[in-house]
Amino acid sequence: MDADDETFAPITDEVGANGGDEQRSRRPIISGDHLDIEAYASLYSGRTKIMRLLFIADHSSDEKVGNPSMNLEALRMAYDEIKKGENTQLMREVAQKINGRLGPSYELDSAWCDAVDHRAEQKKEKLDNELNAYRTNLIKESIRMGYNDFGDFYYAHGQLGDAFKSYVRTRDYCTTSKHIVHMCMSVILVSIEMGQFTHVTSYVNKAEQAPDALDSITIAKLRCAAGLANLEAKKYKLAARKFLETNPELGSHYSEVIAPQDVATYGGLCALATFDRTELKSKVIDNLNFRNFLELVPEVRELINDFYSSHYASCLEYLGNLKANLLLDIHLHDHVETLYDQIRHKALIQYTLPFVSVDLSMMANAFKTTVAELQKELEALITDNQIQARIDSHNKILYARHADQRNATFQRVLETGREFDRDVRSMLLRSNLVKHDYNVRQFRKL
Amino acid sequence: MDPLEALVAQIQGLSSTPGDIARLHIILKQADDSLRAESTRLSPVLGQLAPSEHSLGFLYVLDAFTSGQISKQQAETSVPIITGFINACNAEQIRLAPEKFVLVCKRLKDQVMMLEAPIRGAGPLLTAARKLQLSTEHLTPLHSDFLMLCVLAKCYKTGLSILEDDIFEVDQPRDLFLYCYYGGMICIGLKRFQKALDLLHNVVTAPMSTLNAIAVEAYKKYILVSLIHHGQLSTSLPKYASSVAQRSLKNFCQPYIELASSYGTEKIAELEAYVQTNTEKFENDNNLGLVKQVVLSMYKRNIQRLTQTYLTLSLQDIANTVQLNSPKEAEMHVLQMIQDGEIYATINQRDGMVRFLEDPEQYKTCEMIENIDSSIQRIMALSRKLSAMDEQISCDQLYLSKVGRERQRYDFDDFDVPTKFNI
Repeated sequence: MDADDETFAPITDEVGANGGDEQRSRRPIISGDHLDIEAYASLYSGRTKIMRLLFIADHSSDEKVGNPSMNLEALRMAYDEIKKGENTQLMREVAQKINGRLGPSYELDSAWCDAVDHRAEQKKEKLDNELNAYRTNLIKESIRMGYNDFGDFYYAHGQLGDAFKSYVRTRDYCTTSKHIVHMCMSVILVSIEMGQFTHVTSYVNKAEQAPDALDSITIAKLRCAAGLANLEAKKYKLAARKFLETNPELGSHYSEVIAPQDVATYGGLCALATFDRTELKSKVIDNLNFRNFLELVPEVRELINDFYSSHYASCLEYLGNLKANLLLDIHLHDHVETLYDQIRHKALIQYTLPFVSVDLSMMANAFKTTVAELQKELEALITDNQIQARIDSHNKILYARHADQRNATFQRVLETGREFDRDVRSMLLRSNLVKHDYNVRQFRKL
Repeated sequence: MDPLEALVAQIQGLSSTPGDIARLHIILKQADDSLRAESTRLSPVLGQLAPSEHSLGFLYVLDAFTSGQISKQQAETSVPIITGFINACNAEQIRLAPEKFVLVCKRLKDQVMMLEAPIRGAGPLLTAARKLQLSTEHLTPLHSDFLMLCVLAKCYKTGLSILEDDIFEVDQPRDLFLYCYYGGMICIGLKRFQKALDLLHNVVTAPMSTLNAIAVEAYKKYILVSLIHHGQLSTSLPKYASSVAQRSLKNFCQPYIELASSYGTEKIAELEAYVQTNTEKFENDNNLGLVKQVVLSMYKRNIQRLTQTYLTLSLQDIANTVQLNSPKEAEMHVLQMIQDGEIYATINQRDGMVRFLEDPEQYKTCEMIENIDSSIQRIMALSRKLSAMDEQISCDQLYLSKVGRERQRYDFDDFDVPTKFNI
C-alpha cells in the first residue's frame, strides 16, 4: 500500500470517488491549452522544425480543435524557417498552402528560389570537382569528407534519397570509430526524415557496436532514435524501454530530431500502455533519470502517478486534455488512438482486479461514463479473457469469477480420453485399409 | 435319375458332419452351372430342403433360383423365402460360401427396393450381417446395404445398433466408404453429431488413390456437421488424409466452404442471405435440412457465448445481442437449449430475466467414477490392440521385404536380412 495514505477513514470514499470529486482540489487539473506554436517550434531546429510546422498546419485545418489562426501561424513560421535555409521545393509547397492569405510578404518569392537554385548548381559543381580530385588522389579522409559534404548539401536541399546514398558511401572510407559513429548519426537523421525506420534500427545497432567512441550524449541520441523506430513499428513496449533509458544529458542536443519533452511524453505514454504495475513503478516512477524528463511535461507526470494510485478519472481527464495536442505531433499522430485504448483497457482491468464484486454504477462514475457504455466495454474485455468476471445485468454488478480448476481438469481428462479413443480407432482402421491395399497390390505383382 | 433330384438327395444326406459338408461343397460347386440352367424348376426343390440343416445346399439352390430377372410378383414370393432362409440358416455353413450369401442378400435388397418397402429388408439384413461376420470387428458388404435400407426406411435406431461396434477389419474399401457414409446419415438423423463426425471423418481421410463420389458427398455433410457441432471448420484436412483428397476435395464442395467462411463471420444476416441465394444447390444435394440446422446452431452458439460473460441478462438484451426479432423468440430459443441440456439457466418470466448457472456436474458421483473407470479400461484395451498390431506388422513378410530392401543403404554392421525376404 502507498505510504502516502495518512488516514484510514476516507479511503472508501476515495476509492469510490477516484479523484473525480470537486472537493478534492489538492491537484489542480491543468487543461491542455491550445498548442503554443512558437514555444513548440522553438524546441526544434533544422528540417524537422519545418516538417512539424507543416504537419500542424495540415492537421489543424481538419481537427475539430484546430482553428484557422493556428493553421496560418504555423504556415507563417514555416515560411520564415524555410527562407533561412536552401530548400526551394519546400518553399514552393508552403507558398502554395499559404495561398496569399498572409499578405504579400508571404508569397512565392521566385527570385529567391531562382537565386538559391543557381547557387545550388554552382555548389554542386564545385563539390563534384573536389570529390573527383580527391578520388584520383585516393586520400581516404578527403574522400570521406567529400561525400559527407555532398550528403549535407543534398539534405539541405531536400533531396533526401541522394543524401542517404552519399552518407552511406562514406562508410567505405571511415577509418576510426568516430567516423563510423558520425556516419551512422547522419544516416539516422536522414532516415528519420524520410520515414524509413528500418534503416534507423540497423544503423543504431551499428553505431552501438563502437562503444569507445560514444559519449553519453551520443548514446542518449541513439536511444531516442531507437525509441522512435520502435514507436513507428508499433512495438510500444520496446519503445518505452528505449525512451526510459535515455539519460537526461540529452537536453536539447538532438533538437534536429526530438525534444526532451517528446522523450517524456512518448516514453510515459508507451510505458503506461504496455508495462505492468511493477515495471511501471520501478522503471518510470522510481526512475531518477526519467524524472528529469517528466518535470518538463508535468501533465504526463501527473497522469502516470494518478494511474498508479488508481485515480482513474483524473488520469483519463488528463489524457483527454492532452489528446488534441498529441494528435498534432508528427510521430505520435498515428498511435494516439491505440495507446489511449490500451491505457483505458488497462485502467478498467486494474480497477476490477482487487474486488470480488463491483457496483457498475460506481465504476461508471469513476470512469466518467454511462453504465451501458461501461457494460459494453467490460463485455468486450471479458470475451477477450482479460477480465475474469461475469456481469449481473439485472442488478448491474460485476462478480469476479475464478475458474474451478478441479472441474476443468476432469473435463479435460475425459475429453482427452475420448479424443485418444477416436484417433486410435481411426488409425487402426486406416492401417488396416492400407495393409489390405498393399497386400492386393503386392499379390498382383507376385 | 434326375440330376436335380440326385443333388437334393446328396444335400439332404451330406449335411450333418463337417467332413460331409466339405464334400458337399465341392459337389455343389461342380453342379452350380447345371443348377442355374434349371432355375425354373427350383421352387419345389426349396420346399424339400430345410434351411437350418441344409443351409449350404439351400444357399446354392436359392442363388440359382433368384438369378436372372425377377418381376414384381415373383419378388413378392421370393422375398419371404429369402427372409426365412436368412433367419434360419446355420452360420458356419454360410461362411463356407460367403460370396454367394452376399449375392443372395443383395438380391433381397434389390427386390425389397423394387417393392418399395425397404423396411422389410432391414431386419433380415441385420441378421444376415451378424451371421456373416467373423467377429464384431469385421465389416461385411452387407453392412452398407443394411444401413442404406435403414436410411431409406427411416428406422434409425436399428441402424444404430450395428454402428456401436468398432470396425477394424475391412475386406473392400468401397464397403467401408458406404458404411461410414450411411452410418453418418443415420447418426445425423438421431442427432448424434459427434459420432456422425467420426464416421464421416473416416471416409474423408481414408486412403484412396482416386477421388470417389462417396467421399465428396461425405465431405459436404462433414462440413455441415462440423459447423453444427463445433462451430468451426478446420480448413485443411489432417496430414494422414490421402493427397488426392487434400488437393481436390475442396474443388467439389465450393458452396459449402463458402458457407463455412460466412459462418465464421458470426453475422446471422449474412449467413441467412447466403443460404437464400444458394438454396437450389443445397437442395440438389439433399442437404437443405442440414443447412437450416447450421443456421439454427449459430443462434445457439451466440447464446452460449453470452453465458461466459453474463450472470443474468434480460430477454430483450439477449434478443438484441443475438439478432433475434423479439424477446419471445429469445425465450423460445433459451428454453429449447435448456431442455436439450446445452446450457444451464433459469428463466424468470416476471422480470424477463435469464439467470445463467454453472454446470452442476461436480464429478463426485459414483456414476462418474464408473464412467471414468470404464474409459480407462477401454483405452488400455485399445492400447494393447495397437501394440499387438504393431508387432504383427513388424513380423509381416511383405513389410520386412520392403524394409529389407531399404536397409541395405545403411551400415553393414546392421544385421543382415535373410535373402528370402529380399524380393
